[in-house]
Parts: sequence; C-alpha cells; structure tokens
Amino acid sequence: MNETIRLTAYRWMTLTRTFDETMVAMWKQGRGIGGTFSERGHEAVSVGAGLALGPDDVVAPMHRDLGTYLLRGMTPERIFGNLLGRQMGVSGGRDSNLHGLGDLDLNIIGFISHIPQAIPTALGAAMAFRYRDEPRVAMTFVGDGGSCSGAFHESLNMAALYNAPFVLIIENNQYAYSTPLSQEMKVADIAGRLPGYGLAATTVDGNDVEAVHAATTDAVERARAGGGPSVIEARTMRMLGHAIHDGAEYVPEALLAEWESRDPVRMFRTRLINSGVPETDLDALDQAAATEIAAAVRVAEAAPLPNPESVSEGVFA
Amino acid sequence: MSDNFGFSDTLQHAADDRTLTYLEAITEALFVEMDRDENVLVMGEDVGGDFGGAFKVTKGLAAKFGDRRVINTPIAELSFTGMANGMALMGLRPVVEMQFADFISSGFDSIVQFAATSHYRGIGKVPWVIRAPSDGGIRSGPFHSQNPEAWFVHTPGLKVVAPSTPADAKGLLAAAIRDDNPVIYFEAKPLYRSIKGDVPGGEHVTEIGKAAVRRSGTDVTVIAYGTQVHTALEAAEIVAADGIDVAVLDLRTLKPLDTEAILEAAIKTGKVVVVHAANRMVGVGAEVAALIAEEAFESLDAPIIRIGGLDTPVPFSPPLEDAYRPNAGKIEAAIRELADY
Repeated sequence: MNETIRLTAYRWMTLTRTFDETMVAMWKQGRGIGGTFSERGHEAVSVGAGLALGPDDVVAPMHRDLGTYLLRGMTPERIFGNLLGRQMGVSGGRDSNLHGLGDLDLNIIGFISHIPQAIPTALGAAMAFRYRDEPRVAMTFVGDGGSCSGAFHESLNMAALYNAPFVLIIENNQYAYSTPLSQEMKVADIAGRLPGYGLAATTVDGNDVEAVHAATTDAVERARAGGGPSVIEARTMRMLGHAIHDGAEYVPEALLAEWESRDPVRMFRTRLINSGVPETDLDALDQAAATEIAAAVRVAEAAPLPNPESVSEGVFA
Repeated sequence: MSDNFGFSDTLQHAADDRTLTYLEAITEALFVEMDRDENVLVMGEDVGGDFGGAFKVTKGLAAKFGDRRVINTPIAELSFTGMANGMALMGLRPVVEMQFADFISSGFDSIVQFAATSHYRGIGKVPWVIRAPSDGGIRSGPFHSQNPEAWFVHTPGLKVVAPSTPADAKGLLAAAIRDDNPVIYFEAKPLYRSIKGDVPGGEHVTEIGKAAVRRSGTDVTVIAYGTQVHTALEAAEIVAADGIDVAVLDLRTLKPLDTEAILEAAIKTGKVVVVHAANRMVGVGAEVAALIAEEAFESLDAPIIRIGGLDTPVPFSPPLEDAYRPNAGKIEAAIRELADY
C-alpha cells in the first residue's frame, strides 16, 4: 500500500468501527428495530478486500462487511435508514438490518440471509462479464460456516471450470453462530481444500488490512487479466456475538483476549504512527468519522417510515 | 438440417405458419429469441454441444450460437440457478433448463429466496426463465413426474406459466424471456411429441397473464392447464354425445392468474370443474375454486369440483399412476355430476 491508500484504508476502517460502535450502543439503548449484526473484528477484511476493487467491479458483501458497503459509496445515512426501517433506507423499509443493502448503481449486490447464496450469484455476475468480454471482476464473501455448504462447493467447482473472473474471500472468524471451527469441519485449513477444485487459494492474516489488500489485489488483477478465480482465506475473529442479542458466552475469554490484542483498527493505527504518520492526522480522521456517523444517525432517526399503502408495490419489476 | 429441426436459419421461415410439435415449438422459441437478443443464453445439464439436452430441446443451439451462449453445467442446480440470478442482475437473460422439473427443488433457495424477492427488496430486476419439464403419465416414477407449480405460485415475485399447445409453448417462452421478472416455465413433457399444432413463424409472443377459451359451452366449465386441457377436451367430446355442452378454459399462466377470465367462465355456466395434474391439495385449483367462491358465489348452481393428483408421491407402476392421475373418465364423471345437479 502506498501512503494515500493506507490513509484511505484507515479512514474507512475508523468510519466502519465508529458506525459499528454507534449501532451497538443504539440497539442496547432500545433505539433500534429488530436485530442487527456487528462486524467488530472484520474491519481489515472488509476494507482491505473492498479497496482492491475498481468502480466497475461488482461486490456481494455479507452482513459483516459493513466497510465494503461504505467504501463503495453507500452512505451511513442510507444504511442507518435501512437499520431503522425508514423509507430513505437502502431497501425502503423492505429488508432488515444489514441484509438487503443492494444497489446496482454502486455495483453492490445486497446480502441474502441464506448463506452462501452470494457465492453463486456473484459467480453469475462474473460469468456475465466473461460472456461480454468486460474487464470486470465479481467478488463476494463467506464465513467459515458457509464454507461447509453445498453452494460453496458447487460454485467453486464451476468458477474454476469456467475460469470466471471471480474472487471469494473466506472470512474465517472462528465461529458459525455458537459452533467453533473445530465442530464445523475436520480440517482447520479451509483454503487448503481448494486446490482440489483447480483454484488458486491463499491464506492471510485477516486482521492485517495491508495483507488482505495485497492478496486481494493480486487476485483481482489476475482475474481481470483472464487468469481465473481465486479464493482468499482471511483468518480473523468475530469479536461480538453472532447478532446483537447474542452475548457469545460460548466463546472462551482467553481467545477473545488474544484477538483483542491484535485489534485490526488499533494495530493498523499503531503501524501508521510507527511509519511516521502524524497521530494528529489519524485523530482528525477519527473525529471526522464520529461527526459523520452522528449526523447520519440524526438524519435516519428523523426520517419518515414507509407509507403502509406502498406495501404491495414492487413485487414485480 | 434435420439435426436441429430445420432451424439453422431462423429468418427463412420467419413469415410461415407451420405445424410443429410442442417440443419443436419450444426449441424454435429459443432459436428466435437468441437470434433476436444476444443477452439471451441457455444453461443447464447436457444442453450444450451436439447432445442438446436430455429431451433434445436445445439440440442445434450450440451449433448456431456457440458454447458461450449454450452453457453446459455440472450437476449443481443450487449454484447454476444462483448463477442465473447474478447473470440476470447484470443484464443478461439466462434460460435455465432443469433436466426434470423435479430437480428444481435443488435450486429452491436461489429461486424463492433470492430471485423472487430481489425486486421487492430493492436489489434489482432478475429476468431469467427456468424451463421445467414437468408432469407424468409416461411411467417415469416419483422423481421424474412431478408438477411442483404450487410451490412457486405461492411465492410472491415469481411468474409461472404452463403452456398446453405448441403455439403457446413458443409464445409463452418468448414472453417469459422478454419479461423483466423471474419466470418458471412448466413445459409438459407428455406433450413434447404427442401433440402438433400451428405455430406462427418468426417472433411470436403470447401475453403472460391471459387465459384462453379452448372450447365454448353453456352447461359446465372445465378450468385446466397443461396436459389436462387436452384431457378436459377429451371429456367434453364424450359428454357432448349426450347433449352436455362443456366449456374449457386454459389458464396458460398460473401467476398472475387471469381472474377476470376465470370469473367470466364460471359465471357463464354456473358449474365448474377445476383440473390439474399436480396434487390436488393446496394446488392451483384450490385458489381458482376459492376465487370463484368468493367472487361469484351467487352465480354458482352447484359446488365446485376439484380434480387433481392424489395426495401421494407420483407412483410408477401403470395401475398406480393411472389411479393417481386425473383422466378423461374422472373429468367426465365430474361433468355429469354437475350437469345433473
């Protein structure tokens, strides 16, 4: 990463962290609707991978990829609007929390709960690019849990078979809801499974935004040049529960403490300071993020809910 | 030429009306629509190359349009229907072949969770078609004879069509391909080679959502779709000998239903039989009967009779499958019961 990209990455990581902390606080205060999901711990993955894409590339993020949505231009107002079921929210009140954040104008395919539906869907986008000979790449994300599903294996077999311009990031965050990795699969090395499909696969430190960005950039460039699909396993940790109501008592405290010592936002901040970035510059980015998120919450909370008479609109195109 | 039903140059027969089988009409729709719009492509198991699919519906397509547009897939319904979602969101119009309609359950998530809801959730348009060779009566056993249309009619955001004639097979497939929504196209495989009919050449589009009167009559109305339109017409001929004048309404589209045509047909005779090959319980016939009961109760002269498959899996052995399926005799008995009511 050059200096500009490093500061850009920090800006999106701190905005993501601030959004997340604000959201969690609001829900604890009873200011939310329904449930939602924290991405705390995933900031380096969602920002590092997302920043490797060009504006014409398509991404299908999951519910713990808030940073990817933000850096592609989905505003905090619209996302808070979605969380709060507002008309001005991304889905106009039709879809809940961090699902449904789709906007094809931003080349974002919104998440669907049925994990991992995003994999074949993004692969289809990649196939469309291949069919039209467009130099575009489709990227999506899945967790360790979703890597056990049939769609994961079917899709990766086809991605390799068709040499699709497709990049999959596996966010190995150690837990599928309450189930630890050791109870999800016999192997600990998810990426290690993939050469069997004829796919390029690599493993990176998912808490190191520069490592994620470097591996993803390689994968995106290779896909764009016709070199076919790649899979990147980013090893990280889900620092809060599966959803906001989940206290995650099943996670050993020592494991959380170990990952907390490698917090992706703090780790990157320290690295930037050590490399000579003035601390005041980073403080300014933190302050800007706080201001932007606070304003977004004000806008979303004041925005009107959808008109009930619109409930039947838009079922068909 | 014989390899691809003579469709090597679709422009040559553009102005001719010809007699085609139901299967040839489906194939012709694919040739014409792929010729017309390069965003249309075909995908499924065994559809590519010279083979042309388990039923040969796609035979000749790869020779004309190439393997880029006629994509052979591994056995992976969940993911290749999911791929169709992504292709459609990016502006393509994939036509996915399920080798048998029965296998559509393996792609269920992609269809009912993503495709059906995407427009409502603000994600975007998903204009694909799934061709689902359905129906039984040809001794294919429980995994190759089903009529699973009710799953999809029950799902908001999907359109469902079920042609009964070669002309509609072509016209409704063309309409489905041009539609901006996901459309499940139930083709009745017992009709593939058993019926022929006049099919307009060139571009031919049958509007989705419109039923068709296949026979006019004043005494009893039979409402059907797919194979059962033909069974109903057979029954109508039998009872005509005894002076019972039967109307047959072919729904053609199961979602959206042509409620106006259904009510008009019901009101005209006041006596209605609803027939489909799918299991009777919570089938499309239940919706049609309920609609008539709610909206045209005072025009009815007798209770509505529903005939469908029994509430069992579709059995294999001939006496069992025959007992399971609707047939002209069962429809005839229902017509007579209503005529005498």
